[in-house]
Amino acid sequence: MTARVFIPRDAAALALGADAVAAALAAATPSVQIVRTGSRGLFWLEPMIEVATPEGRIAYGPVSVADVPGLLAAGLLTGGAHPLRLGRPEELPFLQRQTRLTFARCGIVDPLSFADYRAHGGMAGLARALEIGPAGTIEAVVQSGLRGRGGAGFPTGLKWRAVAEAPGARKFVVCNADEGDSGTFADRMLMEGDPFALIEGMVIAGISVGATRGYVYIRSEYPHAIATFGQALVIARREGLLGAVPAFDIEIRVGAGAYVCGEETALLDSIEGKRGMVRAKPPLPAHHGLFGEPTVVNNVLSLASVPVILAEGAAAYRDVGIGRSRGTMPIQLAGNIRHGGLYEVAFGVTLGELVNQIGGGTRSGRPVRAVQVGGPLGTYFPPSLFDTPFDYEAFAARDGLIGHGGVVVFDDSVDMARQARFAMEFCAIESCGKCTPCRIGSTRGVEVMDRIIAGQQVEANVALLRDLCETLKFGSLCALGGFTPYPVMSALTHFPEDFQPPARRAAE
Amino acid sequence: MVADFEPWSRDRGAEIIAAHAVGEGAGLPVLHALQAVFGHIPDEAVPIVAETLNRTRAEIQGIVSFYHDFRRHPPGRHILRLCQAEACQSVGSEAVAEGVKARLGVAWHGTTADGKVTLEPVYCLGLCACGPAAMLDGRPLGRVDAARIDAALDEAS
Repeated sequence: MTARVFIPRDAAALALGADAVAAALAAATPSVQIVRTGSRGLFWLEPMIEVATPEGRIAYGPVSVADVPGLLAAGLLTGGAHPLRLGRPEELPFLQRQTRLTFARCGIVDPLSFADYRAHGGMAGLARALEIGPAGTIEAVVQSGLRGRGGAGFPTGLKWRAVAEAPGARKFVVCNADEGDSGTFADRMLMEGDPFALIEGMVIAGISVGATRGYVYIRSEYPHAIATFGQALVIARREGLLGAVPAFDIEIRVGAGAYVCGEETALLDSIEGKRGMVRAKPPLPAHHGLFGEPTVVNNVLSLASVPVILAEGAAAYRDVGIGRSRGTMPIQLAGNIRHGGLYEVAFGVTLGELVNQIGGGTRSGRPVRAVQVGGPLGTYFPPSLFDTPFDYEAFAARDGLIGHGGVVVFDDSVDMARQARFAMEFCAIESCGKCTPCRIGSTRGVEVMDRIIAGQQVEANVALLRDLCETLKFGSLCALGGFTPYPVMSALTHFPEDFQPPARRAAE
Repeated sequence: MVADFEPWSRDRGAEIIAAHAVGEGAGLPVLHALQAVFGHIPDEAVPIVAETLNRTRAEIQGIVSFYHDFRRHPPGRHILRLCQAEACQSVGSEAVAEGVKARLGVAWHGTTADGKVTLEPVYCLGLCACGPAAMLDGRPLGRVDAARIDAALDEAS
């Protein structure tokens, strides 16, 4: 029997040498069948390769090209013993403790094999949706408690209902795959590792709201996701998932490096071929969205969660989680962290568990000093707030946001005044320019931070910074200007010592 | 892999624009297609795009200048993008960038004197658990340091 070896083609695995490992293995054993998969999301072990054995898959990692001859000599193809042997991947503590619903197939299947997709539960959600009809499907999504995974947390089912009820000559389903938050990569992993799940979710959304056309807006920084998803669309058309019985088709639109296009209305303008300028709301995109028509705008993870919700039932999804945060959240552990990767788990896990127990602390081995949750517009949490549970409301209660689920760890070498400065600088670089507080205030914010860092009139400048943050928070249309104060103010609140004049800091 | 951009040609430009100016909201697809071939959006292309899409030159110029991806000038043969966002900052991306700038003798968006490399900052490549991250002509690189960047550039002709 031909041995089968699974090697990820996920961009992060490629960044760590997966292609070279695949090439070395193919050259050494031409008879081996190499299946390229997505990643399981254990990036400290990538490239992690797996071999099929009668006992199930056996993983090895992190594998370099230099390890290949030794691995083969040790009996890699039959699961032989070797220092890099990890055993069954499902039994690795990092994976064992997860609840993988949205990412159930990622890292296991060949992302471009429709047969694999079907064999691993794909298409069951669409079958159920066709059976219960549009109204029943929307009701199931409402009942599941699914909230927008892009960051805003708006109930997905209610959004769909609004679009279904809105009058319109045409309706659209737009998938926001402009995953610009630093520390996030779940959308990318899903599009590279299980693209049919997103397609199926979009088809279900289309049938439910009466849309016949979908757009996926993928950021240009993700060339591998664009390529894989594009190939998946071709296969989906051939297999009848797209364009046949449900008269629904999908087009990819590639972003062009503007962070603000992750904001839903700027994204719609960008698809329309314009500058990505934020629109005032109301009217909501559900009533007046793409090309002025009723439009569902959902994040990749929201849409990709829909098939499993329908297949397993709304109750099964709703039964995990806490409070008003139902289901699972694909959390991304990033930055200076020992065990970084994708960790899908029911809401309720605490920040401290994520960073210390699951993430294993910092990669540098130094103490954790700050953790930014929710991307560049997210709050910096100190370890004293590590008891905060991963839950939309609990984070909001602590002046934070879970956003798209990115957790970025910093060790004690971080200068929080510089991080506050960067938040302002990033806002200045990425502002669409529509609102004055965001466009001008962010640049003034960088200047104020420069004076604070230089130790000039620190008290007066800190007061000015607070005032500026108030103006940004309440005077901006969208989250870019509105939330930039979160990282700035949390740095100031939780790490005031970093804002002291250098002379005083040195004396302490 | 060499980026291998073509010099501007009006005929070729017009052909690319016509091929991509299909469907609704074709602005970005047209500009991406132009940049893929020419490495930048030549000034000469703007009026043709405007005419084809039935928009003003000012609108097209406004789109080109709005999006960070679109270059106004031809880049080097290779494009090296270094992530400078928070997750990469936490593992030393700024020091890596300073080192690369010094060795190449360029600032951000600059091209080396021999025309080999253009250096660009990027805010997140989605490789946040294996930073500092970089991308050389579409090839992702994780946990980079000076030596790894040098090796990747040496491999590139």
